[in-house]
Amino acid sequence: MKRHTRDAYAEALVELGRKRPEVVVLDADLSVSTRTARFAEAFPDRFFNCGIAEQNMLGIAAGLAASGKIPFVSTFAVFASMRACEQIRQSIAYPRLKVRVVASHGGITVGADGASHQCTEDAGVMRAIPNMTVVIPADATETAWAVHQIVDIPGPVYMRLGRPAAPVVYPDASRLRWGKVTLLREGSDVVLLGTGIMVSRCLEASAILEAEGVEAAVGAVSVLKPLDEESVVALARRCGAVVTAEEHSVIGGLGSAVCECLAERYPVPVRRVGIGDVFGQSGEPDQLLAHYGLTPEAIAEAALEVIRRKQS
Amino acid sequence: MLKDGQLQFLQEKARVVRRHVLRMIGLAGSGHPGGSLSCVEVLVTLYFTVMRIRPEDPGWPERDRLVLSKGHAAPALYAVLAERGYFPVEELWTLRKLGSRLQGHPDMRKTPGVEVCTGSLGQGLSQAVGMALAGRMDGADFHVYCLVGDGECEEGQIWEAVMAAAHYRLGNLTVILDHNGLQIDGPIRQVLCPEPFPEKWRAFGWECVEVDGHDFGQLYDSLLRPERPSSVPRVVVAHTVKGKGVSYMENRVEWHGKAPGPELLRIALEELER
Repeated sequence: MKRHTRDAYAEALVELGRKRPEVVVLDADLSVSTRTARFAEAFPDRFFNCGIAEQNMLGIAAGLAASGKIPFVSTFAVFASMRACEQIRQSIAYPRLKVRVVASHGGITVGADGASHQCTEDAGVMRAIPNMTVVIPADATETAWAVHQIVDIPGPVYMRLGRPAAPVVYPDASRLRWGKVTLLREGSDVVLLGTGIMVSRCLEASAILEAEGVEAAVGAVSVLKPLDEESVVALARRCGAVVTAEEHSVIGGLGSAVCECLAERYPVPVRRVGIGDVFGQSGEPDQLLAHYGLTPEAIAEAALEVIRRKQS
Repeated sequence: MLKDGQLQFLQEKARVVRRHVLRMIGLAGSGHPGGSLSCVEVLVTLYFTVMRIRPEDPGWPERDRLVLSKGHAAPALYAVLAERGYFPVEELWTLRKLGSRLQGHPDMRKTPGVEVCTGSLGQGLSQAVGMALAGRMDGADFHVYCLVGDGECEEGQIWEAVMAAAHYRLGNLTVILDHNGLQIDGPIRQVLCPEPFPEKWRAFGWECVEVDGHDFGQLYDSLLRPERPSSVPRVVVAHTVKGKGVSYMENRVEWHGKAPGPELLRIALEELER
C-alpha cells in the first residue's frame, strides 16, 4: 500500500490548525503541490501565499514566529533549503525561532522535472545549520504523527516530504518515539539504517538477505539531527557492520551523520547507499531510483560487502 | 509637531548617542561608524518620541517594534537603547567583545530591546512584514518600524518584501530609508544605482514622503503613526549624511566600516562636545 506523505501532511496540518490557533501556514505559489491549499481552504485567515518569493517567505515566517505564531512554511525542498538557505540561517535558526519548514518534492523521485527540481542536498545543508532539527519521515503515517510532534520543538525544524506516494511502513503510529531509531527488524549480521522512502527498501533488502542466510537488522532514522547516537552505536556494536540508505547525496545526509557518529564512538565497516556526487535527471521515479542505485538489491549487495569487511 | 523644549532634548540625546557610538567603535577597534551616525536622529526620534515602548518590559506584547534591517548600524541602536534605559550605558563599552550581550550585529536573544537578528542585508524588512501581519491577525495596536539602508535596496529580497507589504495592505508598517548615498565600495549611484526611491516605492503601492533625516521636526511629523487605521504601508525616505557629526567622516566612503584610532577618536569626541 502506498500513500502520499504530502497528503498526510495536509490532513494533519488542518487537524493541528483546529487545536492550535497560533499555527499559520505560508506557501510560495505551490500550495496545490505541497497540499497546503487544504489548510488555506479550512483557515483562509491563517494562510499566506507569498508568491514566487521564497526568501521573503522565510523572512515573513521569522517575523510571525517572533510575534508568537507557529508558522509551517512549505515549498519544494530545493527552494526551501537552498534558495532561502541564508534566510533560514540568519532570520530563523540563529534566533531559534519556531518556524517549521516542511518541504515537499525532496530527492530524485520528483521525476520528470529533472535536476532543477530534484533536491539531493537539503539534509546536508540543513544539518550544518546550528539549532536546526532535521526530519525525513518514512511514510505517510509517520508524517502525520510528526506534524504533531514538531509543533512544540523549541527551535526551527526542517522536514522533508516526497512527491510520489510512498510505501506505508507503519500501519499506525504506536511504535514511533520522537527522535529515536525505530527498530523494524531484529538481526545481528548487519544493520540497515534507512531514512524516508529508503526505509521500506531496507525492509525489502532484508528479505533478500534472509534468503541468503543473512540476518539483517533494519532501523528507521527519521530524525537525522539530533541523531539518536545511542541507538546507532548500540546497533553497530551488536551487528558489527552498517549500511545507510537515503534518497539524498552520500555527502551530508544520513550516511554522513552515521559515519560521523561511528567514526568517533564505535568504528565498524559502513557503506553509504545514496546518490553519488552527481545531479539527477529526468525520468520516472522508479527508473531514477534504479539508475542511481537506490534499490533493495543495491542495499543487499552493500550489506554483503560490509559483512565481508568485518570478517576479514 | 514637536512640543517646546522637545527639540533641545532630542538634539542633546543625539549628541550623546553620537559620542557613545564613536567611543564604542573606537574601543572595539572595529565597527561601522558611517551608517551608524547617519541614522542617529531617526532612532532618537523613534525611541524618545514616537514609539510606544516599555524599556523595563522589553517583551511587552503591545509594544511598537523597530527592526534594524541595516544591522551594521547596531552601535547606534545600542546607544539609543542604553540611553532609553534598556540596559546600563556602561555595557556599551563591551561592544564586539567575547561574551558581550552587544554583538557586532543585532541579536534578539542577547540584547534587551533588540527585536530581530539582522546583519545580513535585505532580510529585516521581510521580518517586519511578518510582525505587522501577526499584529493585524491578533487585532493588536502596535506599529512596526523598519530601518533600511539605501545600498541595502540592491538586495532583491527588499523588493519582494515591499511587494508583499503592499499586497497584504499593511498600514501598520513604516519603513525609514536611510538615504546617505554611500555603500562600502563607493556612491550607490556608481556601485549599483537603486534609485529613484520615491518612484519605485510608490510604484509598488506604498505611500512615500521625503524628509531631511537630521531634522527632528520633519522626522517626528513623518513617523507618527497614522491617526486612522490605514491599509497602505509608508516609507519615509530620510536624506542623511553618512558619518554625520564628525567632520572627517561626513560623506566619506572609507568610514563605512572602520574604527577611528585614539587620536581621531579624541578629535571626533571633541567635535561633539559642544
